[in-house]
Amino acid sequence: MTVSALFQEAYTGLKSLVIGLGITGKAFCQPGVTVIYPKEEVDNLSTFRGHVELIGKDEDPAVPRCVACGACVKACPSNCLTILCPVPAKEGEEAGPVVMGPAPQKGSKTPGAVIVDFSLCSLCGQCAKACPVDSLQFSDNPYMVRLDRREFQIDLLARLRRQAEQD
Amino acid sequence: MTPDLLSFDHPLTRLVVGLLCVFAFVGLNGLVLVWVERKVAGFVQLRPGPLHVGPYGLLQPIVDAVKLIGKQLAMPEGADRYLYWAAPLLAFAPVTVCFLPLPFGPDLAPMRLNIGLVLILAFSGLGVLSLILAGWGSNNKWGLLGAARAVAQSVAYEVPLLLSVMAVALTAGSLDLYQITAQQGGWPWQWYGVKNPLAFFIFLVCAVAETNRAPFDLPEAESELTAGFHTEYSGMGFGLFFLAEYANMIVVSGVAAALFLGGWQGPFLPGIMWFLVKVYAILLLMIWMRWTFPRVRFDQLLNLSWKWLTPLALIDLVLVVIVAGFGG
Ligand code: SF4
Ligand code: SF4
Repeated sequence: MTVSALFQEAYTGLKSLVIGLGITGKAFCQPGVTVIYPKEEVDNLSTFRGHVELIGKDEDPAVPRCVACGACVKACPSNCLTILCPVPAKEGEEAGPVVMGPAPQKGSKTPGAVIVDFSLCSLCGQCAKACPVDSLQFSDNPYMVRLDRREFQIDLLARLRRQAEQD
Repeated sequence: MTPDLLSFDHPLTRLVVGLLCVFAFVGLNGLVLVWVERKVAGFVQLRPGPLHVGPYGLLQPIVDAVKLIGKQLAMPEGADRYLYWAAPLLAFAPVTVCFLPLPFGPDLAPMRLNIGLVLILAFSGLGVLSLILAGWGSNNKWGLLGAARAVAQSVAYEVPLLLSVMAVALTAGSLDLYQITAQQGGWPWQWYGVKNPLAFFIFLVCAVAETNRAPFDLPEAESELTAGFHTEYSGMGFGLFFLAEYANMIVVSGVAAALFLGGWQGPFLPGIMWFLVKVYAILLLMIWMRWTFPRVRFDQLLNLSWKWLTPLALIDLVLVVIVAGFGG
């Protein structure tokens, strides 16, 4: 390395140090972005990612749009989703008590149970992206607290029904 | 005890009173600095910093200190009992001595020594010994690695530091901090830091390295060595290291202010005010740098010292000698 290249390098290095100081100096003078929670609350909760929830049909908000295709279950990298639907009786067999099987089941177009295990969820959004009928979205409750991790297995169908009643 | 001992002119009385004042000063400023450091860190990262304990979080350092004092003192198995506990004391004790020759005001120095500069440099060199003891005594591989780094670093940075200080001492023709301050004026163009900016720059870089602060905090290096030499220390063992770090910062800032920024000299305000203002300006700069620059790699650290700072400091010293020689 020639001497001039050496000094060139030292010069760019020093300049970058000064630029760095400038950046932090500017940040120092800017107002903070932290919201101090109990005193104030954020107003853009729509961007918050809570656990996934079902979206109801437009005509009947208590019934999910879900067609029990199982695409979300397959898309989820963390195996959080369980979707069960009634197994239709085979032709020639007499209809017995309803048996639930994992979605998809041929001839079954409504889910019998949608469970998300939030303790496993990484909030990646793959399930919502995979859903062909846009039946999944992130909920927006940032204050969810539970005492037991089993309580994070959330029954989404029951939740949707509750929400429909409240509205 | 002779009555003579009680009079304030007796050197021993002065020493004791001076040390007591230094302890109070270090304790108070340590608390303030911890708060300032955390606030600056917060603001730089667009968050508020300590907020809830007292107004603006001002009482946070006190709460922290109480917590540290209240904690149990633990020693790892296989550690060297005496070295392990001697280290934090040895980290803190020499720093307090370094305060003694600092001229806080025109007639306010804990002790006037005509070789004050030498005293400070000698005792601040002792600090690294405590890091070695801590690293070795705590029977911990991170501690040992941190100690090894501390040695290499302090050997590397003591040289340019001494050379830059020597340049100023030569210009002033004195090793007495009081005298060196007195030879500068109250206005910036009369300061040695402006007359000899290279020495000032080298001193600042070395001072950051000497106090083991980011970007030269290799002996602690949280991300690689957990906490380096003080990994095993808890409670006040850690607290003393912590306090010593801040005390060290105040000392080097004080020396920098006296050597390069005209110390207590300045218009309008009383001397002690000017001194504190300058010290705190340098302290703020150090804190600002800590929250800006990432830690350097170890070879970069040594390269910087041996390939840049030491030769530059030597050149600077030679120039000063030539100028002083011709200037008479
Ligand atoms: S957000 Fe990701 S991890 Fe969570 S349920 Fe959906 S696909 Fe699974
Ligand atoms: S992808 Fe959508 S429609 Fe298919 S099972 Fe999941 S939620 Fe229901």
